[in-house]
Amino acid sequence: METVKLRGGSPLYDKIFKIGAAIAATYVLAIIVLIVVQLVTNSYQIWAQEGISFLIGSDWNAVEGSESYGAAPYIIGTFVTAGLAMLIGVPLSMGIAMFLSELAPKFLRSILSFIVELLAAIPSIIYGLWGLFVFRTYLLNWVETPLNNAFGGSFWLFSGTPFGLDIFTASVVLAIMIIPTIASISREIMIAVPNSQREAAYMLGATKWEVFKMAVVPYSKSGLVGASILGLGRAVGETMAITMLIGNATGQSAFPSSLFSPGQTLSSIIANEFPEASSGSLHMAALIGCGLILFIIAIVINIVAQLLVSRVLKTHQGAVLV
Amino acid sequence: MITIEQRAEFRKHFRNNISSRLITDKIVKGIVFGCVLLAIIPLGSILLEIVRNGAPVLSIEFLTAPPGAVGSDDPGGIGPAIQGTLMLIGMSSLIGVPVGVLGGIFLSEYGNNKYGQMIRFFNDVLAEFPTIVIGLFAFAVIVLTLGYFSIVAGMFALSVIMLPIITRTTEESLKLVPVTYREAGYALGIKRSVVIFRILLTSAKSGLITGIMLSIARIAGETAPLIFTILGNSDFFSGFDQPVDALPLRIYRLANLPYDTATAQGWGGALILILIILTLNVGVRYLFLRKRGGGGRFRIAAGG
Repeated sequence: METVKLRGGSPLYDKIFKIGAAIAATYVLAIIVLIVVQLVTNSYQIWAQEGISFLIGSDWNAVEGSESYGAAPYIIGTFVTAGLAMLIGVPLSMGIAMFLSELAPKFLRSILSFIVELLAAIPSIIYGLWGLFVFRTYLLNWVETPLNNAFGGSFWLFSGTPFGLDIFTASVVLAIMIIPTIASISREIMIAVPNSQREAAYMLGATKWEVFKMAVVPYSKSGLVGASILGLGRAVGETMAITMLIGNATGQSAFPSSLFSPGQTLSSIIANEFPEASSGSLHMAALIGCGLILFIIAIVINIVAQLLVSRVLKTHQGAVLV
Repeated sequence: MITIEQRAEFRKHFRNNISSRLITDKIVKGIVFGCVLLAIIPLGSILLEIVRNGAPVLSIEFLTAPPGAVGSDDPGGIGPAIQGTLMLIGMSSLIGVPVGVLGGIFLSEYGNNKYGQMIRFFNDVLAEFPTIVIGLFAFAVIVLTLGYFSIVAGMFALSVIMLPIITRTTEESLKLVPVTYREAGYALGIKRSVVIFRILLTSAKSGLITGIMLSIARIAGETAPLIFTILGNSDFFSGFDQPVDALPLRIYRLANLPYDTATAQGWGGALILILIILTLNVGVRYLFLRKRGGGGRFRIAAGG
């Protein structure tokens, strides 16, 4: 009897392949660990020198001899810009996601989803360029100046001299940038809600809005929160557009005193001052220390978001590109 | 999830004030449609302004010449930036694609366990990482070790950014290959690794290429990590130990210069960059994604 010749090499080859694939997959893990190690060792100098005052201090002086670094204004700036962007972006994104999953006719649905995704494909630097030379002028003339004229004297939020390069402009552009992320994931999550839930509500005589409010939202709540937090993660780490628009204040003056005052975020201070810092200096350690703080904020936000989003999409829909 | 008590409550609620409920419904629909319009306006404005401001500076010289002296009458071009971006894409893919695809194979074929879950989770976390942190990391690992800014450091940073995207899309497209294909291969006595390479990867080709193209579209627009790695340069590539230029970095520099000619050139660079990115995205959509439907956030992602 003729024996079947087995193709494809020996089992050893199979083993080696599996190990190779495992190593490639582990590379991701190794990178994350290495990022932590590198950020900690390269910013060690600043923690040794400043200690806790690097986190809570606000002095920022790179002049040799009188060097002093405190990142508090930038940490606050990061949260304020990201928070404002969320305040503007999340409701809009939910509206878009609702339209795309519940209301839009089929042909509009795919076109609009594509447009939303194109918005996500535009790089940060182009948002920055557009914000700096186009959007800023509109925002300044139509929003900032009128608000400042009307309430500037009485309400601290709108005080200061609007110039267009400030926390408000940066936050609005940031909102535009995170909308596509939040909207497209929220849409996926809303689509994953079983139709039986909607039908049950329709059967009771609910309108589209009531169906959304009573069937879709309660079912997908944690996923929608996850999608928003994912947007927050993007907003916190966003660099170029913010760097070009936030006005780049340093030290004490970087504490946001009004919407129309220049500010600074953790990422923008790094991008701005990196070219001036020489490697090995305390200044460089301070910037990498800012990177470490940003890393910790981002990883916490991302882990929470991934847990929320993946749980919803996995339990309801099987294999989905999350 | 609607409970029986809630149902009774709803029914009572629905019987009353029908007209006001219908009005609310209309208002909400209007607001929601307004949200969509509001989201489209920036996209329209960005594309319009890029074409309007960028098109006039386009010329052969603009695309091929190095930048002129800052503030001089001859603004030169963005040749080195285009060259740098193309080289960075090619070199990053050399690491990012094989490692990413192998990682994806592991997750799909061998990753149905605790370890696979952990890798998958951290892969997703890495994909959403602030790219500026990855830039700082590449600076610390490559630039500080070697002692100079170079394309190698840029390549490393960008490969870390593209890696998780490719891993995830590879995994998902391999999972879409029917189990029967695998079984048919095994039934013929073919080794697992050969089944993966010859049958699964071939069947999942379009998904793989989609992931690769989208990851390239993403790194093409990355700016922040390049500040710490390739530094920027006005000359063409002159060695692996020298700073190089890249399109997004050049746009950033040009936007910061207080000259109108520089600003115009920045728009020109933005036009080239957006053409590259949109071509990749729209191309992928028309080539491969049509038949798949569904989607997720790795389909198209922005650069930081």
